[in-house]
Amino acid sequence: MRPGWFGKDERRALLAPIIDNNPIAVQVLGICSALAVTTRMDKALVMGIGVTLVTALANFAVSLVRNATPGSIRIIVQLSIIASLVIVVDQILRATLYELSLELSVYVGLIITNCIVMGRAEGFAMQNRPWPSLLDGLGNGLGYALLLLAVAFARELLGAGKLFGVTLLPLAKDGGWYEPNGLMLLAPSALFLVALIIWLLRTLKPELQEKD
Amino acid sequence: MEHYLSLFVKAVFLENMALAFFLGMCSFLACSKKVDTAIGLGVAVVFVQALTVPLNHLLLKGLLAEGALGWVSPALATVNLSFLSFIVFIGSIAAATQVVEMAVERFAPSLYTTLGVFLPLIAVNCVILGGSLFMQERDYSFGESVVFGLGSGLGFALAIVAMAGIREKLEYSHVPDGLKGLGITFVIAGLMSMAFMVFSGIQL
Repeated sequence: MRPGWFGKDERRALLAPIIDNNPIAVQVLGICSALAVTTRMDKALVMGIGVTLVTALANFAVSLVRNATPGSIRIIVQLSIIASLVIVVDQILRATLYELSLELSVYVGLIITNCIVMGRAEGFAMQNRPWPSLLDGLGNGLGYALLLLAVAFARELLGAGKLFGVTLLPLAKDGGWYEPNGLMLLAPSALFLVALIIWLLRTLKPELQEKD
Repeated sequence: MEHYLSLFVKAVFLENMALAFFLGMCSFLACSKKVDTAIGLGVAVVFVQALTVPLNHLLLKGLLAEGALGWVSPALATVNLSFLSFIVFIGSIAAATQVVEMAVERFAPSLYTTLGVFLPLIAVNCVILGGSLFMQERDYSFGESVVFGLGSGLGFALAIVAMAGIREKLEYSHVPDGLKGLGITFVIAGLMSMAFMVFSGIQL
């Protein structure tokens, strides 16, 4: 085993994307599906795991064939690798969690065009060895999952008084005290919440702010 | 006819790809700084969407659906290849954008200079793949998928052009440092998405 399987570079490839270089909040990749699946924690968790698996394995596979891929057709090679992995994820989901896969509907298929997967394959895996690429994919997937869970936490708790389907705040209509905020379950709230997270992150790290 | 009209209005406003389903957000945010660019991307999306949704409908019904291969030999009549739809859709989208790009370059060079950069980008735009996947999930007929492709493309174009118009005005406003750029764009998208929700009462 060569020294440094978990050296400084490898650790950075894995850990940096989780907060410092978060794919959604900092690199602005993969927002498309991130917003639609965050009405419930369980949907966000399954989607996060799916994207993490696809990103990690796609990075690994793209990196393995990077020296054999002609530059002019690399996009289509990457797309077919990613699409095959997504088909596997979709089939597993249908076989094990059928109800949830119906609710996630087209968004599982849309992992193919999720910019995180393509962005990391093109931006990292094409230049790096398979092992760091795998870690980079894993890190980016986890960063994505973390943000998804943060948004879903706020939306499910404030919108339905539940987490993972378990009631935490008894709703007024069921005899409890909590009056739910229905907007949280609708599309606009996800955009506002991501805006708030970005605002928070950029206030804490002023070097990320955009100049005008 | 009324059915198609209703489907069209629904695809443009009520089920707006960008604002209700968050599809194509990446390019929605990245290409909405100037109205000109937004129009270019919008037109390209309408073009490709109206082409690929019906095309993928034909591929799905003619090759992938259960029993679709029955005409090759009776032994294949029970084969269901619809699990391959993701890879077939993405392949046909990539090929269609390539063909559209070459056709536009050959026959409309002036349009090519405006659209040129966006066409390759569109192959990996979630609006396009999402349109085809919705077509599969909702089991549209051929006519419906033509109308849906056109409507959903137009809805996206409308949203991105409106967004670019607002962002051009925004240059004169005073935004908190942390919200500048991306943050405020998300807030605007949220407000626009709320505004588009008023269409949810419409019945045709």
